Amino acid sequence: MSMKRTLFLILPAVLFISIFMLIPLMIALVYSFMTSDSYGGVTAPATFDAYIQLLYQQDFDGSLIFSTDYLFIILRSIELAVATTLLCLIIGLPVAWHIVCQNASRRKFLLFLVTMPFWINTLIRTYCWVLILRDQGLINMTLRNLGLIMDPLPLLYNDGSILLGLVYTFVPFMVLPIYSTLERVDTRLIEAAHDLYAGRWQVFRRVIWPLAKPGIVAGSILIFAPALGSFLAPDLLGGGKKLLIGSLIQMQFTSSRNWAFGSALAVLVTATVILTLIISSRRNKVGEVRI
Amino acid sequence: MSGGTPVQRPIQGFDWRKTPGLGVATWVFLAFLYMPLFVLVVYSFNANNLVTIWTGFSLRWFVKVLHNPDIRDAAINSLVIAVVATILSTLLATAAALALERGRNFRGFGTVNGLISLPLVVPEVVVAITTLIFFSSIGLNLGLGNLIIAHTVFCIPFAVLPIRARLKDMGGAYEEAGRDLYADEWRLFRRVTLPLIAPAIGAGGILAFVTSLDDFLISLMVSGPGTTTLPVYVYGMMRLGVTPEVNAISTLLLVLSVSLVVLALLLGRRARSRD
Repeated sequence: MSMKRTLFLILPAVLFISIFMLIPLMIALVYSFMTSDSYGGVTAPATFDAYIQLLYQQDFDGSLIFSTDYLFIILRSIELAVATTLLCLIIGLPVAWHIVCQNASRRKFLLFLVTMPFWINTLIRTYCWVLILRDQGLINMTLRNLGLIMDPLPLLYNDGSILLGLVYTFVPFMVLPIYSTLERVDTRLIEAAHDLYAGRWQVFRRVIWPLAKPGIVAGSILIFAPALGSFLAPDLLGGGKKLLIGSLIQMQFTSSRNWAFGSALAVLVTATVILTLIISSRRNKVGEVRI
Repeated sequence: MSGGTPVQRPIQGFDWRKTPGLGVATWVFLAFLYMPLFVLVVYSFNANNLVTIWTGFSLRWFVKVLHNPDIRDAAINSLVIAVVATILSTLLATAAALALERGRNFRGFGTVNGLISLPLVVPEVVVAITTLIFFSSIGLNLGLGNLIIAHTVFCIPFAVLPIRARLKDMGGAYEEAGRDLYADEWRLFRRVTLPLIAPAIGAGGILAFVTSLDDFLISLMVSGPGTTTLPVYVYGMMRLGVTPEVNAISTLLLVLSVSLVVLALLLGRRARSRD
């Protein structure tokens, strides 16, 4: 294939994504330094107001008061995203290892079962948990019919239900990358470790875990990034009572009409995600050298 | 355990392929993945007005949902968007996959590679609001057109995946044979490459279609009056409370996604069995 043809073929996709994704991201960056228009959109004077608003609240007389409200929301969102990633790792690693240990046809079948939910609408997958957890939901009704409880347990609309929803949504993202790294592992290494008197735990700690690391890093990124900006789980399972950054951003463009602040938040989230990507890919490279 | 060396095993019966408890853990995990979906499907066949009390099997909510004109309009919108976005993104993705797998190694290859998968990395809420800002700042209002553009962008990487994988798997031998027989570039593509990657293009198209149908957040932000998509409409229903209609429409969407993905899988399998 000639150079001209190569560029001719790649150009349409590159242009499309550049115009409709990269440029919008740049525009949001610009918007975050503008002043919000109360009808939606932004107006001329360029300021840092949107970023200042993250840490300070404007008092009635115009003076700035230090406020941790938004900082708190951001920290809580990061906390939940980290918790989601860790839980997915704890659940996903043993499952991935189990699948690797199976024969070819069973592997295929199990992988199919793990990937399938990924293609089902997240809205619907999240809603299923509303059916199970709400006051008249499956769990509460079952317990009440068994006579174990009188009043419904408050299972929905708390951090636990949000976390459950996030783990449920993202856990396949952890199983698949770990599986694909473990699948390529030379099994003689495990047998060698065994011959050198390593027990199960040591084989895991010294052989499987280091070899699975690239997959763990990939899975963690695939989960942390979307979990940080997640909207549906906090909205449907958290009841929107306590805000998370995803809902906060969305609100700035609907009810609050503060586009500059919303853009600043979006810039912050994107920067965090990209930073995580860079750091983890660099650390991973260091790790590969060490092994 | 290979080899016939009579080595004394230090721990009797150690088989690294069998870790006690892992099999059970995996099945518990799969139950965790599928049990909620199962609950939804069962509830959607419940005849009772109150979702939680089971009074008998019934299809009445499905009938009711299918006769709801708002749902029908939203479904048509979703379908139009998904079909056009699928065609556009699959065309762009096929060309891009060919360039990335068969083209010359141009400068900035890594950057282009990253750019193509950019929609996978940027959080959905950010994509949603930046797209909204973009359309409003340039004053573009094409109705469904806006949604089609937005969907095409994030469908591209999903369509690229199976096509690239197929091109990589089959290697360049067939194309070389064609070249040896003096086929020009166009005929080579038309007679050799295209038939070989056709099932993968089909699979990529279906994945793009499902991704478009499944999208909620971006559609929520970009859609306006009259361009509501089905997930956005269903979300509105969910906000009002748990009703049998929501269960029925959710089950319909679920079944649609599952059948399409199984179809994509079968297409992928057919592609591999051709070699």
